[in-house]
Amino acid sequence: MAEMVKKATRESYGEALAELSEKYPQVVVLDADLAAATKSGVFKKACPERFIDCGIAECNMVGVAAGLAACGKIPFATSFAMFSTGRAYEQVRNSVGYPKLNVKIVGSHAGISVGEDGATHQCNEDLALMRTIPGMVVLNPADHYEMKAAVKASIEHQGPVYIRLGRLAVSSFNNSDDYKFELGKGITLRDGKDITIVATGLMVSRALEAVKTLEEQGIDARLINIHTIKPLDRELIVKAAKETGKIITVEEHNVIGGLGDAVCDALCEEYPVPVIKIGVNDVYGHSGPAVDLLDEFGLNAAHIVEVTKKALQK
Amino acid sequence: MNKTEKKELQKQACKVRMGAIEGVYNAKSGHPGGSLSAADLFTYLYFKEMKVDPQNPKDENRDRFVLSKGHCAPGLYATLALRGYFPMDEMKKLRHIGAMLQGHPDMKGTPGIDMSTGSLGQGVSAACGMAAAGKMDHKDYRVYSMLGDGEIEEGQVWEAAMFAAHQNLDNLCLVVDNNGLQIDGTVAEVGGPEPIDEKFRSFGFDVQVIDGHNFDEIETAFNHAKTVKGQPSVIIAKTVKGKDVSYMENQVGWHGTAPNAEQYETAMQDLNKVLAGLEVE
Repeated sequence: MAEMVKKATRESYGEALAELSEKYPQVVVLDADLAAATKSGVFKKACPERFIDCGIAECNMVGVAAGLAACGKIPFATSFAMFSTGRAYEQVRNSVGYPKLNVKIVGSHAGISVGEDGATHQCNEDLALMRTIPGMVVLNPADHYEMKAAVKASIEHQGPVYIRLGRLAVSSFNNSDDYKFELGKGITLRDGKDITIVATGLMVSRALEAVKTLEEQGIDARLINIHTIKPLDRELIVKAAKETGKIITVEEHNVIGGLGDAVCDALCEEYPVPVIKIGVNDVYGHSGPAVDLLDEFGLNAAHIVEVTKKALQK
Repeated sequence: MNKTEKKELQKQACKVRMGAIEGVYNAKSGHPGGSLSAADLFTYLYFKEMKVDPQNPKDENRDRFVLSKGHCAPGLYATLALRGYFPMDEMKKLRHIGAMLQGHPDMKGTPGIDMSTGSLGQGVSAACGMAAAGKMDHKDYRVYSMLGDGEIEEGQVWEAAMFAAHQNLDNLCLVVDNNGLQIDGTVAEVGGPEPIDEKFRSFGFDVQVIDGHNFDEIETAFNHAKTVKGQPSVIIAKTVKGKDVSYMENQVGWHGTAPNAEQYETAMQDLNKVLAGLEVE
């Protein structure tokens, strides 16, 4: 059995790259002066000859990654999500997405759980931005084991991928050696018939707590972990809609453009049911300790329980 | 270079200009001015300077070219067609629905295009990545990238310039097509990118300023760039926008406008006159 670990997914990312560096000699890691924070520095230590610090110039970093990929490398262009997907959005779209280059864009410190740095660094738009790029795979792994598997899967996937990393330590729940990560496939963590909670990234472990509480209160909620926001596992979502009739989505992201909208897009075409989106409600964050902010913005188990019960009363 | 060789290059450049006009005329849109100013540079790169093989356009040891000023695709496409990457007939379908030749270079669909470009300021970064890959793999290919003088108003160009010098990318050679004009007027009036040479020098480049229509100077500059060690090179080529089409020369309005039928005839007559002059000399 894999042991339970409490680690931020950015740490799992750095570890995974370092461990995979020998097996995949084409991998090159780039950062923009944040290697210590994003944990790309773990790879730098293991493999300095394939690490490039681009300085505080994310737009150039993404372009350099495109050029490396055009010569057969598999570059991981790493920075805070705000910068790798926000500042460099157009470079990702035009220099990586349009030519379908094999570049992995990595955004660490995503969401409001960045904490004290405040609104300018709390990127709640990265999933939305990356979803709009044709051909882009969008990953938001939930724990240590899922992140490590996601890094490997993204190396093996030919084409552009976005990987979202978090700053806050999260307890692992995929503590099994037979954990399988499949791009584009959601994972049903708990079966249930009353309602379905669809969660992604940091919110999955919180949704797990919520379904336990709901169970104690006699509510049989299904929980689906969506680590791949794009391409979305439409089949699993539609099946859940058919079988449970109501959906709650939970993400540490603006309710515009992320998981909730992806789920709505799938359902409104194939099987419309009520969907309630839990996320950052189209506002900026602000400074504060990460856990307190998550509570304040309703991104905790208690709020998921509350919203779920309310949805069932309707 | 001897006289015969020079004359051959001049003739090719004239055909590049004809091809660019043919493309833009048939597309009823596109960018003739900068295609014509860069034609001698495109010609020298593909017919003399770069190690490339049109039969094997993806050869991993080839020299690379990134047209950062992607809107001058008509000039590059005509050069690639003349060099044998694809038939010249493709120029007549430029910008049409279903055509191989897109409005701006698309590396996925066009043989010989090493990087998709068009959004200004992004090409040099990609060229830096290619040069860095060459260094990592101990390959001796060189990477060339052409910029517009208006384009260098984009901040990313200078991020890339800083990177290139910091990483000692001496396998990278930039060319600035310094025709002095951008869409809204002269570069001096609009964005003020000058002095270009001093800027690149202060960023750590080996800098040469040449006449971009003089093949002797072009040859000397590219040969010198190959001898530079430990730093990237830039060749600032003074050019005439709309070169060799009488009514287009130095005219801002011909940055991104297609000639009508009458103007097309005049352009072709002008260029045929240049070609005939080269034949008799």
